[in-house]
Amino acid sequence: MNSTFAPTSVHAVAPRGRAATMWSDAIVYAGRNLAHIRQIPEKLLDVTAQPLMFVLLFAYVFGGAISVPGGSYREYLIGGILVQSLSFGMMGPGVAIASDLTEGVIDRFRSLPASRAAYLLGHYLAEIAGLCVAIVVLLGAGLAVGWRAHTGVGEFAVALLLLITFATTMIWIGTFVGLLVRSPEAVQGVAFVVVFPITFLSNAFVPVSTMPSVLQSFAAWNPISVIVAATRHLFGNPVAPITTRSWPLEHPVVAGFGYCALLLAIVVPATLRRYRVRTTD
Amino acid sequence: MYDSSVQHTELSERGAADGVVARGLGKRYGHLWALRDLDLTVARGSVLGLLGHNGAGKTTAIRILTTLSSPTTGRASVAGLDVVEQAAAVRGRIGVAAQQATVDGLLTGRHNLAMVGRLHGLSRAAARVRADELLAQLDLGEAAGQLVKTYSGGMRRRLDLAASLVGRPSVLFLDEPSTGLDPRSRGELWDILRGLVREGTTIILTTQYLEEADRLADDIVVLDHGRVAAQGTPAELKALIGSDRIDIRLASANDAERAAELLNLLGGGTTSFDPETRLMSMSPTEPVRLIDVVRALDACGIDAVDLHRRETTLDDVFLMLTAPKNKSKDVFA
Repeated sequence: MNSTFAPTSVHAVAPRGRAATMWSDAIVYAGRNLAHIRQIPEKLLDVTAQPLMFVLLFAYVFGGAISVPGGSYREYLIGGILVQSLSFGMMGPGVAIASDLTEGVIDRFRSLPASRAAYLLGHYLAEIAGLCVAIVVLLGAGLAVGWRAHTGVGEFAVALLLLITFATTMIWIGTFVGLLVRSPEAVQGVAFVVVFPITFLSNAFVPVSTMPSVLQSFAAWNPISVIVAATRHLFGNPVAPITTRSWPLEHPVVAGFGYCALLLAIVVPATLRRYRVRTTD
Repeated sequence: MYDSSVQHTELSERGAADGVVARGLGKRYGHLWALRDLDLTVARGSVLGLLGHNGAGKTTAIRILTTLSSPTTGRASVAGLDVVEQAAAVRGRIGVAAQQATVDGLLTGRHNLAMVGRLHGLSRAAARVRADELLAQLDLGEAAGQLVKTYSGGMRRRLDLAASLVGRPSVLFLDEPSTGLDPRSRGELWDILRGLVREGTTIILTTQYLEEADRLADDIVVLDHGRVAAQGTPAELKALIGSDRIDIRLASANDAERAAELLNLLGGGTTSFDPETRLMSMSPTEPVRLIDVVRALDACGIDAVDLHRRETTLDDVFLMLTAPKNKSKDVFA
């Protein structure tokens, strides 16, 4: 028997600080998720090919029938598709975490001297990297169909910051859903039944003023609408005027960050609590 | 309840300080006790076999000792560290191979082990070296770069074992390690485990097979419905239940009493009889030749439909331990 099996009197684990441990462990977990994407590239389709299809569909098929006051529909469209795609970013972490829980691989991680929180942080890092790729892909597609940003570097940077903050929010919502459901398939169900209608009952694809009045008031307060409007505003794209009064839509940038902060303040503690419950017995 | 329950093999508490000690360990799920009053003392560098059927409490015991589950009652220490209060430190000293292989199918074998190494705090380079070392030793070198989902069941189990060895554990927990392995791989696994023990590793393994416990374990704890049914060295348990059995299916249930007397004269031990199947089962305390059984039965004019010798199974242990007439109190004295 080779002596490499032997337990050594010297501890195999070098002493590390808590924060340093969490960070380096999170990087290891994130590397695992990125390796999964290398194995199943379809995982990225949700945030790349699908939004591209929406760009083409709305730019060339539906777009001709939708008129936006004060500008071109293609310029109007990109803000909407960006936010809608990032909304579906909740599916990635949801499915990944639900799979880990059903396959028992989480028990391996839990029996290791690794940071517990690093597991969730690692998922977050991998997912946000994926969504940043999606943002770049969509902006590229926008440029190709005639979208332009008409504002300065400062506004453009704030728009990116808002999109990344929103992506972060949706990833944490997805993480929470993943810890809530019993199977990975259920995450898709939640996405279709909840996220899908919420993104369409907004100004993402059509001006709110074309909707019946009940839907108008919902859409005018919908966080999706607010973040879409903020994005358009910051890019200098047409923002279709609304007839209903809505404080958030009138101050979209502040309200957009505010909505994200509010959602994060609710969902992050709930996720951490749920994670503790799901991993203790 | 079992007459033979909670008999401790004498081991000094001092010697077990680096191994595993459990006192009054219990786990309740709702109204059901999955484990009750488990006492263990496992000396450093020895092997404990937890023997029992599905649902006997083996996995629950392992989960508590590996910090995956918190006990409802009692305390336990592993490598001198409390499993509840010093859980994080315990995780640095143990290796766990669960019943269901907990490796990532979408990563290569090498990536799986390197990841575990990194989570043990090894540097990138050290984790890779350690991964390759273990892959070579567990005969997975050729498959190292393949995705684990393409591995056979036996390869997965070996990889799982490798993952549990990455951190050079001083206490190793194996939950039914040989389930799903062919006889050859099982033999190889046993060799690996013996090697680890020689080098001072403490091992707790669960098994449904008496033979496995017999070959590997220094001490055996038999669990049944969450409780300790018996505890002792393999030799002590064998003395209790006999190492083999002779089954005789009688032609007529009327001969049962005479047959039992006869068998008792031949080999001693206890006999049981099931009138419905007319099956008489004896566990001889001395070696008995089958031919002598046939001759004796024939001489007395007792007709037997079937007669054979077989190894003692876990079922026999339980039947023995739970049979009301069988007072096995003194076995471990």
